[in-house]
Formats: sequence, C-alpha cells, structure tokens
Amino acid sequence: MTIALLGRKLGMTRVFIEDGTLVPVTVLEVGPCPIVQIKSPESDRYTAIQIGYGARRETALRRAEQAREERARAREEGRRPRIRAPKQVLVTQAALGHAKRAGLMPPRVLREVRVDDASGYEVGQELRVDLFEVGERVHVTGTSKGRGFAGTIKRHHTSRGPETHGSRYHRRPGSMGASADPSRVRKGKPGAGRMGTARTTVKNLQVVQCDPENNLLVLRGAVPGHNGSLVMVSKAPNGKSRKA
Amino acid sequence: MHAAVREIEKAQLKPKKDVPDFRAGDTVRVSLRIVEGKTERVQDFVGVVIARRGGGVCETFTVRRISFGIGIERTFPLHSPRIEGIKVIRHGRVRRAKLYYLRNLRGKKARISERRGAGRKKAMEANAEESNAAPENASAE
Repeated sequence: MTIALLGRKLGMTRVFIEDGTLVPVTVLEVGPCPIVQIKSPESDRYTAIQIGYGARRETALRRAEQAREERARAREEGRRPRIRAPKQVLVTQAALGHAKRAGLMPPRVLREVRVDDASGYEVGQELRVDLFEVGERVHVTGTSKGRGFAGTIKRHHTSRGPETHGSRYHRRPGSMGASADPSRVRKGKPGAGRMGTARTTVKNLQVVQCDPENNLLVLRGAVPGHNGSLVMVSKAPNGKSRKA
Repeated sequence: MHAAVREIEKAQLKPKKDVPDFRAGDTVRVSLRIVEGKTERVQDFVGVVIARRGGGVCETFTVRRISFGIGIERTFPLHSPRIEGIKVIRHGRVRRAKLYYLRNLRGKKARISERRGAGRKKAMEANAEESNAAPENASAE
C-alpha cells in the first residue's frame, strides 16, 4: 500500500475548474497525522507506519491524568486505587504510554499503513495534506452509509419484475435454485439483508484543490460515509494520470 | 454546511455587482464566452427567464427563446466563468416562479406584460442605451 492519511469528510459542493466546467466535489479535512510508531520486520515481522489523527478531549486527558495520580497515591499508601469506571476514564494508561513514546498526546484514532519501505519516516514526524498535489489520483476508504434491511434490487442490483399486467412479481429475489438437485440454496445467492455501514473504498478520485494551510483536500466525486465520518486517503498507485 | 465547505463555495461566487437582479419572466441577454479551438468569442443568448433554482454555486437559471420557430431552452450556472455578463432587457410581470407553462404556448399567448415597479426605470435606461449603441443586434443561432 502507498502512503495514506486520515481525515474527516466535511461535505459536498461544486467547483468551477479552469475551463469553466462545474464539477461535483467532496471537501475533506485531512491530517495532520503524527507518526506514532514504525513497525519493522525485526520487531513486528512486517513494515508499516502507525499514524494518528485528531485530539482527545481535554476532559478525557484530565481524567486519565487523575487516574494515574490516584494509582500512584494508592500504591504509596498501600490501598486499592479509587478510580472511575474504565468507560469514564476514556483514555487508558496504555494509550497514554503508547503516545508518550512518540512524544505525543494520545490521538483520537490510530491506524496502520503498510509501506514497503519505512526508512523515509520517523516517529513524531507529522504528515500533512501537502503530500497530495492537484491533479493527482487518490483512493478514499471509509464506512458507507447504513441502508438498513435492503432488498436484492438495491443490495445486489438484481433486475426487477414487471410493474403491471398482473405480474404480482415486483421486487422479489428470483429463483432460489433447482429442486431435487441440489436440494439447497447455492451459496452466493443474492438475498435481502443489512446493507451499508461497511468498509468501502472509492478509487482514483482526482485532487481538485489542496489547501495545506487549512488541511483541506477537495476531491472530484463522492466519498463513502456521512459528513463528519472518518476517511483514509491514500495515494493511488500510478496515481499521476489524466488531467480532466 | 461545514464552514470550510462554505468558504470554498464562496470563493466560486461572482461578486454581487456582476449578477443583476432578475427573476422569472424577465427578458435577459446572456453573453457567453465560446472557445473555438484557439480563438475566443462572445455569443449572446436572448430570451425569457423561465426558472431560477438552487443556491450558492449550484444556482442556475433557464432562458427560453424562440429561434426560427423552434423553442430553445438553455440552463446556465449563474456563477459560471463562461458567462461574460447578464443584462436585463425587460422586467416581466408574472405570477409564478417557474414559467414552464410557456412551453405549451406560442405567439400572442406567450407574451408577458411589463412589470411596473422598482426595476422598470433602470431597465428602460438600459434598453435605451442598448438600442442606441447597437440597433438590432439579435444573435442568430
């Protein structure tokens, strides 16, 4: 995989490009992403960089700090520490320690990006949107919007039955298969079920604008997920192609 | 809408002075920049505004004209850089925002009476100026 950054989908709008064409775009806030850890073949048997995104709330950090102090006090006094339920502490000591090794505060999200060669990166380094340039192609990974319990037409793009002429077979899933042989429904038969809320990647979106000052990236086309949802933007392999 | 998205949108909009005040029923002259190979020229499209829709960068307006007996409708993005200018020739008095009914009318029935009001004087002036400068400059398609 090529280098990727974490970000947030802000919303869609339209933009006029040089020749006056109006194109639909998605605006993302991307980065800055500090490198929290570098995984090497020696220590982890594979090469990857771990990046973070977003700041934890003040409250969360304060509670974590309080918990740490209380633990130390309790140890001195030889009693059990009185700390909040784990749910209320929000930031665990493990997360705090992990970030501390990189000299950072614990970020809201951590993700790993597999790279072939991590030698150009170092822990604590901050990756920013200026990694991407206008005209370049990128892949965007996110969680698609939930569609609830959807039928086969929406979920698998099966064709529909006739609407009239007494068909009575409007949006049904079709034949389940033959009778005696195989006496069961074959695997992979398109059926109704929960749709969406799945990891989805949209490939080869073109970078229309890049604003390193405000950490904004403007891409042509749509990106999976709701506004405000987490996305991962990676460089498309051989991404420097066609200009629209 | 997120503030950052709004900023990006705002950067696309034309300054207010470049967009005249017009609505459905008005007759406008839209000057279009047309690129033919390497040369660029301006072509006018004159007709009645039959609809305005959308907001921000997405705002568009539809102009209808009768050209050689055939109704032509063109929809333009209001803030398109390909539009050199929009000039209101006449304010029309209409009672709805979308004049799709004009598609079914022709000749005398498709007339729109002039709107009396704030914009009228300005339109008359523009009209006079227009006819002095270039008498009968109706563009042919």
